[in-house]
Amino acid sequence: MFRFFLRRVALTLPTFVALMFVTFVAVRLVPGDPIEARTGERGIAPERLAQLRHELGLDQPVWRQFLDYANGIVHGDFGVSIVTKTPVLQEFAVLFPATLELAFCALIFAVVLGIPAGVLAAVKRGSVFDHAVMTVALTGYSMPIFWWGLLLIMFMSEYLGLTPVSGRMDLINYYFEPVTGFMLIDSILSGQEGAFGAAAAHLVLPSIVLGTIPLAVIARMTRSSMLEVLGEDYVRTARAKGLSPLRVVGLHALRNALIPVVTVIGLQTGTLLAGAVLTETIFAWPGVGKWLIESIARRDYPALQGGIMLISGIVIVVNLIVDLTYVAINPRIRHGG
Amino acid sequence: MKEPLLSIRNLSVTFATSRGPFKAVDGVDLDVAEGELVAIVGESGSGKSVAMLAVMGLLPWTAKVSADRLAFGNRDLLTLSARERRKIIGHDIAMIFQEPMSSLNPCFTVGFQIREAMAAHLDLSSAERQKRAVELLDLVGIPEPERRLKAFPHQLSGGMSQRVMIAMALACSPKLIIADEPTTALDVTIQAQILDLLLRLQKESGVGLVLITHDMGVVAETSQRVCVQYAGQQIEMQGTRGLFADPHHPYTAALLDALPERASGRLLPSIPGVVPGLADRPAGCLFSPRCRFATDTCRTVPPSRASAALGLALCHYPLKDGVPQHREFAL
Repeated sequence: MFRFFLRRVALTLPTFVALMFVTFVAVRLVPGDPIEARTGERGIAPERLAQLRHELGLDQPVWRQFLDYANGIVHGDFGVSIVTKTPVLQEFAVLFPATLELAFCALIFAVVLGIPAGVLAAVKRGSVFDHAVMTVALTGYSMPIFWWGLLLIMFMSEYLGLTPVSGRMDLINYYFEPVTGFMLIDSILSGQEGAFGAAAAHLVLPSIVLGTIPLAVIARMTRSSMLEVLGEDYVRTARAKGLSPLRVVGLHALRNALIPVVTVIGLQTGTLLAGAVLTETIFAWPGVGKWLIESIARRDYPALQGGIMLISGIVIVVNLIVDLTYVAINPRIRHGG
Repeated sequence: MKEPLLSIRNLSVTFATSRGPFKAVDGVDLDVAEGELVAIVGESGSGKSVAMLAVMGLLPWTAKVSADRLAFGNRDLLTLSARERRKIIGHDIAMIFQEPMSSLNPCFTVGFQIREAMAAHLDLSSAERQKRAVELLDLVGIPEPERRLKAFPHQLSGGMSQRVMIAMALACSPKLIIADEPTTALDVTIQAQILDLLLRLQKESGVGLVLITHDMGVVAETSQRVCVQYAGQQIEMQGTRGLFADPHHPYTAALLDALPERASGRLLPSIPGVVPGLADRPAGCLFSPRCRFATDTCRTVPPSRASAALGLALCHYPLKDGVPQHREFAL
């Protein structure tokens, strides 16, 4: 178990190095540079330009810039935002809870709906329910996030008036200082009546939008995994014991069917954080995704590089955790086969 | 004969396939009394497992089961609700399967899986279930039962797994056990051990046992009565001794001739051809293409069942002392 852990951790190191390189290059492939982005068409005096470029280190050869950046990251320094002059890590730490809260709720939505839907579809394979679930799943998977988000806003917020259009909180009625950064928790801590409800209402649409693709993937994966497991000999053994169908399907089959599903859920963290960029932009959600989009517009190299590195790092760590969960579910791995 | 525990009349199982309905079991009759050991023999695909899975109610939804009678004791399994039937399955009737390694759930410990059957049917406290589980493992000859109960299936060998399956089947003290080729997947050396174990337990507990096998040697050593199946049909049924002394169906006779113990020449006799599939079923007797006694009648007219004296053989010309008899004379 410990050796498995060490090997798995060691495998992430090359990924980080490659990631560092790719983000550095990709950020510089975007036309324009931070100074142009700020001066716009007005132009700037050549001496001032040279001075600014020197201050930002952009007059250095590219390889030199890369080494400085890599050296910083290795020492835990993600640089300072060109625009806000605050350390990237500090900005990220303020914004990330918003993204995490959204991603978490989206994942809960996807899991809570996706697994039962997949199980039922497998048990009732070939039925109307099965076809309906799989059609909806395919539609959800294929739908562009931004379009789906706008549709929901139009229908739920504009037409039905059920949910807020955007943002994290109803700031006219409630105000409280962030404690944890998670609006759901902070709203309870604030003790203001109705604050939690308002925070939850703001989360509904973004969570649905962000959770749709993971929901579709989880439902389809659960169904196919379940179909495979239901044909296994040990499921027949469980039936032969006279156990209730609920126990046969929900315990004996599902426990085995979940093993690949957990892996898929882990892989969805990448989808969730990538999807958060679009979702946050649509819903004006003050999270990391929206910040990254803004940083692209400003050509804020350190913010982009640092932000992408941090997000990628989180995805890698989550996948590591998923691999370890996998071990916990599946005793064949736990005991070294 | 005592009041039968299990009573089957004219059991048929039809599978819906993409190429049309396929009759996997066709007109099987079987009675099993308490403490009796009945063997069902036949080649792969002869429908012996399917017939018993139908008794257990474990067939997939594509299967359609019909019978004139399918009763356990005085209860009609055909009309019982699924819930009522589950009270019998795993409690009064237990089944042991062919592949012990894949028949145990890899995600749960052996102990959990044994105790689970008791929890479903018996009114025992969890401490009593644990105690009984230890006794059961001890009974089936597994050393260090307490420790083994905590083991996961992948930590057991095939023979051990089958012992666990047997313990699981015995957990609720069933009246009838159906063993579906319980030794086929095991090493030859282990086969004898498992078979001996089953026979010993059957003798000690007086449970009825249906042993599905394709091994005539096992049949000869163990059973009191034999039912021979071919292509889903029950073609002969008689006492084991009688069957080996004077088989009445040509297929049974050919099976026995193919036993190495009985071979006299240098070459082991074999039955030419294969069991007919869905597409190539002959019009008359299903065995006629492979039968050395077959006549035009055999090839065109489905045979009816002969008398009990002729082993209920499904044959136009049942054998008597190896000679085909005309049914007019025989009856």
